[in-house]
Amino acid sequence: MTNRLLVATRKGLFEFERAGAGWRIAEFSFLGEPVSMVLSDRRDGATYAALALGHFGVKLHRRERAGPWREVTAPAFPTAAGDAKATSVALLWSLESAGPDRAGALWAGTIPGGLFRSSDRGESWSLIEPLWNRPERQQWVGGGYDQPGIHSIVVDPRDSRRLLVGVSTGGVWLSDDAGASWRLHGHGMHAEYLPPDRADDPLMQDVHRIEQCPAAPDTLWVQHHNGVFRSTDRATSWATITAIRPAKFGFAVAAHPRDPMTAWFAPAVKDECRVPVDGAVVVARSRDGGASFDVLREGLPQRDAFDLVYRHGLVVDDTGSCLAMGSTTGHLWISENAGDRWTLVAGNLPPIACLRFA
Amino acid sequence: MPRVSFTANLQRHVATPTLEVEAKTVRDALEKVFAASPRLRGYILDDQGVVRRHVAIYRGGEQAGRATLDDRVEAGEEIFIFQALSGG
Repeated sequence: MTNRLLVATRKGLFEFERAGAGWRIAEFSFLGEPVSMVLSDRRDGATYAALALGHFGVKLHRRERAGPWREVTAPAFPTAAGDAKATSVALLWSLESAGPDRAGALWAGTIPGGLFRSSDRGESWSLIEPLWNRPERQQWVGGGYDQPGIHSIVVDPRDSRRLLVGVSTGGVWLSDDAGASWRLHGHGMHAEYLPPDRADDPLMQDVHRIEQCPAAPDTLWVQHHNGVFRSTDRATSWATITAIRPAKFGFAVAAHPRDPMTAWFAPAVKDECRVPVDGAVVVARSRDGGASFDVLREGLPQRDAFDLVYRHGLVVDDTGSCLAMGSTTGHLWISENAGDRWTLVAGNLPPIACLRFA
Repeated sequence: MPRVSFTANLQRHVATPTLEVEAKTVRDALEKVFAASPRLRGYILDDQGVVRRHVAIYRGGEQAGRATLDDRVEAGEEIFIFQALSGG
């Protein structure tokens, strides 16, 4: 049973634990500081928290299974003397374990769109230059932020050399050799807001979030800027999921850990009006591969609600039955029955950026 | 020797002892401080070694040039590093 939930917010990291029939805040860290990403590394029990200090840049902290937080090294772009376009990390937007056979190795995605690898638990990082140097990267553009970024990093549990990243905006990129070479996979995706001759271009897709089914890693779900897509062939082709309700816009998706037919979404009205449809917070769940959706409302506010769920704000645990959802309005809900019924766990948190079950 | 000190707002993130250093320019002085406290560099300068946008450096009570940090500093002069306060 899942007993601990990490909640990264605009003003600190809050750790909730199961207490009796409910959940309560067990501890908090970095109070007042923006925490953009958190990772609980099951390989060694470490926890990582990325800060986006407005004045002082992006920082990364690590905590051992028991012990205090300690600052380690945040990813940084190589110094390029004389290059006026040389860049700096503005946000650490994704952070993942590099696989069970790569002890201590981590992947991090940033804004702007850099992918970085650490082999020593965040003590040092290197930019994955084969992706950074792809000429297509010049066509990546910011989606919501001024610069494009990597928000999803998916490692294949069958082979940790195989990974996939999602770029907003810049499509879905795959590597089979731990980042040494890359190819773009987005056939079947469609960007309806682009000129018709570019709308189907895989490079132009604004993928908001990618999740894989860990037990069936060829199955991927994407919440895209203008719809939901699903692949069953490891991103080679994508099918449009038209049954999503009550709206096709959103940021978050959570894929069931064992059932490749099940996933959850948190829809919002549309891109230029990022609030719940009719003021009602809902979760859309499909159990049949996207052919149909249940719109789950029980326990969620059904009037006058203006919550938005960011792309890392909806998660499911290893059992597939416990879900957590956090909003930019600082509401945190948990469901213990696959989304059928939700309970408000906290209603006055800072805006929530990322949730992780630990 | 010039004296380098930092806003107290930085000290909750990283140790910022006030140091007197042998230096002829603001950049010299900062490099000496970073040598003593390597973690501090990333708080003041970005990935490209440029002063972070919301960090200000004052020398002798006046704002130092940000681009090259080559303002000369005199013995006994104070270099103070602080940040803009903003947000809610």
